[in-house]
Amino acid sequence: MRTFDRPLSAQDFTIARKRLLRMHYEAGVGHIGGNLSAIDAMLVVLHEYMQPEDLFILSKGHSAGALYTALWTLGRLSDEDLTMFHKDGTLLAGHPPAFGIPDIPFATGSLGHGLSLAAGSALGFRLRGSDGRVFCVMSDGEWQEGSTWEGLIFATHHRLTNLTVLVDHNNLQGLGSTESVASMSPLWKKLVGFDVEVDVVDGHDPAAIRVALDRVANRPHVIFLQTKKGSGVSFMEERMEWHYLSLSREQYDLALQEIDRR
Amino acid sequence: MRTQLCDALIARAANPDMLFITGDLGFMALETLQEAMGPRFINGGVAEQNMISVAAALARQKFETWVYSIAPFCYARPFEQIRNDISFHKLPVNLIGNGGGYGYGVMGPTHHAIEDYGVLLTLPNFAVFVPVFDEDVAAVVTLAAKTENPCYLRLGRGEYPKGYKPQPYAPWRQLTIGSGPMVLVVGPLAGSYIEAFEALPALRRPNLWAVAQLPVETNPPPFELLTQLAAASCLCIAEEHVAQGGFAAQFTLYLASRGMTIPKLTTLCARSHIYERYGSQHFLREQSKLDVPSMLTAIAQ
Repeated sequence: MRTFDRPLSAQDFTIARKRLLRMHYEAGVGHIGGNLSAIDAMLVVLHEYMQPEDLFILSKGHSAGALYTALWTLGRLSDEDLTMFHKDGTLLAGHPPAFGIPDIPFATGSLGHGLSLAAGSALGFRLRGSDGRVFCVMSDGEWQEGSTWEGLIFATHHRLTNLTVLVDHNNLQGLGSTESVASMSPLWKKLVGFDVEVDVVDGHDPAAIRVALDRVANRPHVIFLQTKKGSGVSFMEERMEWHYLSLSREQYDLALQEIDRR
Repeated sequence: MRTQLCDALIARAANPDMLFITGDLGFMALETLQEAMGPRFINGGVAEQNMISVAAALARQKFETWVYSIAPFCYARPFEQIRNDISFHKLPVNLIGNGGGYGYGVMGPTHHAIEDYGVLLTLPNFAVFVPVFDEDVAAVVTLAAKTENPCYLRLGRGEYPKGYKPQPYAPWRQLTIGSGPMVLVVGPLAGSYIEAFEALPALRRPNLWAVAQLPVETNPPPFELLTQLAAASCLCIAEEHVAQGGFAAQFTLYLASRGMTIPKLTTLCARSHIYERYGSQHFLREQSKLDVPSMLTAIAQ
């Protein structure tokens, strides 16, 4: 999938954020907060690390907007595609679709599927003798799904060194903080005892994300991205309601100004 | 049918693209398959949701993927994974559920699979095989492997009278011939009626048909069956499955939507997990009026 030969610039992240906001504003839909927390890592992975034989799985399907935007920055989706987001007849549903976008291998949106799909894909690459790697972006809330732990057990048992999991640890979920709902924070401490390589990085610092991604691991690699829901827009940052709300015209204009000033 | 399953899969094991995943089950049954397949025999552990998603991912990479568990664990726990990961993507994963219906009788209600094919046939693209006789398993495995859709194989225990020679596999087979009522039965249960029906005088002996493939829409009944049905005054349908989503509902809808006349209908089916006492498969069939005496009573009426 990779089409850029240079590291992303700060401007690239700004352009992507603005396009993401525009898409959500024009569609009048929410899930913006979790898209803004995940988009930086997704851009780094998709632009700088993905090779043609690799696979990207968005387990936190509610960040489909960030994925569509990242694919747009790569020229894999068009402006016209993005204008159809959430509209009747679109390929760009609110969560990644099952068919129609070659860069999206699986429909996701029900949490707790992605890690197992990624583990199965990584095992398949190994059985095929392929060098392909699998990148999987997850939410922190979906670590409350039992199936996620099933996937982790499978991935570690089979020592899937070609699997990199990035967890968007923004600390907020549907009706509260991950700590208030399930006492799981900090999440990475829950992985102690599993045979995985764990990194914890600032999920909005591309350099830090690259350092983690560059690390050679001889076991499955889980990178916890310390992120802010609504990152880059002050009135959205770390506010649970931006899991749901859509932008008014005034809010949209203000958000664009803030991102430009960033 | 596990022995026949194992033999049929071993016959395919030379294919390097074939993978077999078990949910930590198959003791005293799958050891020879494990030996034949080596690392391509994967024990997915006690983690059915993961097992299904992993299978979907492997099927996407064009592996011939087989997943094995006992029937209730195969479809119920991981239903969302079957729906989202396999069915939505039309991935040709072959799910094998051993002991469908009341196969695990006295093991208790958690081990009964009496809504399995009804549930799975609500999903797009699913094909279901319910082999009637042990001898069907090899053919069913070959068919499932060729099918480009997801498949569910509901295995049971072949049941037919001593000395009986089953016909070669077909989705619909007539097992007894007479001038009595039409009787359609899904899977191995059909074999359990042969001896009793053969003992009836020809005038009262049912035309017994065994059904081994669903849904009816993609496995329509043969002309001969429809001809007999048109001349019949009554029809009895039996299945070790609850009424909701079962074969009887499918079949009668198939007929009605084509303007065909449905004779006086009696359906025998599994009670819906409502029991005061538990027991063997035979006991539970009696409770559900699926046993041979109940069938004879039903067709006599």
